[in-house]
Amino acid sequence: MSKQNKYHVDEKGMYGQFGGAYIPEMLYPNIENLKAVYKDIIGSDAFQDEYKSLLKDYVGRPSPLYLAKRLSEKYQTNVYLKREDLNHTGAHKINNTVGQILIAKHMGKQRIIAETGAGQHGVATATACALMGLQCVVYMGEVDIERQAPNVARMKMLGAEVVAATSGSRTLKDATNEALRDWICNPEDTFYLIGSVVGPHPYPDMVAQLQAVISEEIKLQIAEKTNKDYPDYVIACVGGGSNAAGSFYHFLDDERVQLVAVEASGMGVDSGETAATIAKGDKGLIHGSLTFLMQSNDGQITEPYSISAGLDYPGIGPQHAHLFDTGRAQFLSATDKEALDAALQLTQLEGIIPALESSHALAALDKMSFKKDDSVVITLSGRGDKDMATYMKRFGF
Amino acid sequence: MNRLQQLFSDKKDICSVYYTAGFPQGNDTVTVLKALEDGGADLVEIGMPFSDPLADGPTIQASSEQALDNGMSIKILFEQLKDVRKNVQIPIVLMGYFNPVFKFGVEKFIAKCQYLGIDGLIIPDLPFDEYRDKYQGLFESAGIANIFLITPQTSNERIQLIDEHSKGFIYVVSSASVTGAKKDVEQSQIDYFNRVNSLGLSTPTLIGFGIGDRSTFKTACEHASGAIIGSAFVKLLSENGADAERIKQFIQGVKTK
Repeated sequence: MSKQNKYHVDEKGMYGQFGGAYIPEMLYPNIENLKAVYKDIIGSDAFQDEYKSLLKDYVGRPSPLYLAKRLSEKYQTNVYLKREDLNHTGAHKINNTVGQILIAKHMGKQRIIAETGAGQHGVATATACALMGLQCVVYMGEVDIERQAPNVARMKMLGAEVVAATSGSRTLKDATNEALRDWICNPEDTFYLIGSVVGPHPYPDMVAQLQAVISEEIKLQIAEKTNKDYPDYVIACVGGGSNAAGSFYHFLDDERVQLVAVEASGMGVDSGETAATIAKGDKGLIHGSLTFLMQSNDGQITEPYSISAGLDYPGIGPQHAHLFDTGRAQFLSATDKEALDAALQLTQLEGIIPALESSHALAALDKMSFKKDDSVVITLSGRGDKDMATYMKRFGF
Repeated sequence: MNRLQQLFSDKKDICSVYYTAGFPQGNDTVTVLKALEDGGADLVEIGMPFSDPLADGPTIQASSEQALDNGMSIKILFEQLKDVRKNVQIPIVLMGYFNPVFKFGVEKFIAKCQYLGIDGLIIPDLPFDEYRDKYQGLFESAGIANIFLITPQTSNERIQLIDEHSKGFIYVVSSASVTGAKKDVEQSQIDYFNRVNSLGLSTPTLIGFGIGDRSTFKTACEHASGAIIGSAFVKLLSENGADAERIKQFIQGVKTK
């Protein structure tokens, strides 16, 4: 393995011992087809021109890298926030959906399917489909549909059909199963637009490439703002891990940059009510990928818990499993309470209400120690509007 | 000659039946198996329930969920099957998703299958390359056939490659669908069966998915060594329980020409 390729996907779709495409034969032609074309499409001028122009004029990129002065003072270091929360639709998810929708168009697909947990990826997919005039079907667990009514309404307003996943635990993993079943039944005209760096190869790599704009911008912005062209730390939250994958991407081979991933430990790592896959899971297969996952002794996939709907996935992207395995990234976890405290602190020190997911990354500040001249980049993956009901309940506003 | 080879060399119009272990009651596994053999099934596929059966439709999903609620696990299944070869002579294939097998330990799993007299495995999400590169030697030295799926979208080249590495039989998935999609056999499917047959494969084929009654079974048998019935039988179990007489009637109903 060349040094260049140490942390990226290899030609077999593996990240070290993780990744691959553990899919039934029914999905094989679809996956092979996508594998054969995605790199060329992403590398083509036509794609790049259209993608970059949409990121700029539609999504609103580049997103600012903001030096959070009062937060920095508190932690006696230099904290920069990568403001993905300022993107159109309020999170980093749109970077990926705009990119994949262009790939789908290049492949001549007419119908887009997606899974969603809290609804953020569903909304970002429905948005991209509305923009391109493509049919959109979003699978969402029945339980999540009840919990996330405003996002269901947004998707419907954007013209998407929202289909309830009624099997299993009726949450994100089951919505993903339903989307895969749809793809099995509609192999010709349908493109499956996965929302995170999970699923069979080439999805983890494709989604990481489409989120890599986050670290591409950080690299340029940190050089403008500091006397170094790299940050000392990049911190991001991980569920499946797409914002972390994008935040790390251009720093993977630069070992001067310490990469920190923060999982959601829910009620506590050992409480049994957790989504800390690296801390509590072990090796296995989920949604076509060999990675870490939370499972019973008998290999049944278990339902995770976190206050943050975007982080309660029982697996984690295979690249993250590899970054953990090789020690390239440090994995921390934050509880519901720590994330809530971090959300309130950011809001009152900086006037920014963060998403609950991003608040887990912010909570890492209390778990680490920094030097005074370090530059610490935290990816603020989304804004907190969608979490106001939780904040109101927890803080009593 | 092992049991699977014997079956395919002796018989035509093979009736293979799938059911989920530990369903409808946790201790029904062997009862159903015995009733199937007595009722005239030629081959059985025992499903190992999984929390996330992504190639299965609602009927088999529900049976898996019920079986897991009944406390079913691979360990318990092996316990239930410990004396199976004292009572049951027809070939037995275990079918299930890769994660529980991976978690159990593939080598340990194969050794246990060999010990119990299991003849083959169907693991839909174990990819062909992975099997060939990592597990083929292990399966073959234990005399366990790994049974691959092919679909209408599988290319001729790939079908031939799969044939070269197959033992037992090849599972011909009848249409682009998950299990339990019930419909009549269409001309495009007949064309696909003919395409598969024109390749002169060395491994016998069984057609599955959407086969649930006498008419679809008969059509499938015209184009393969036999057919596999899954959801329709699981539905019978969910409605009537592990009733040996009903099971016999069902099998005879499907097989009668």
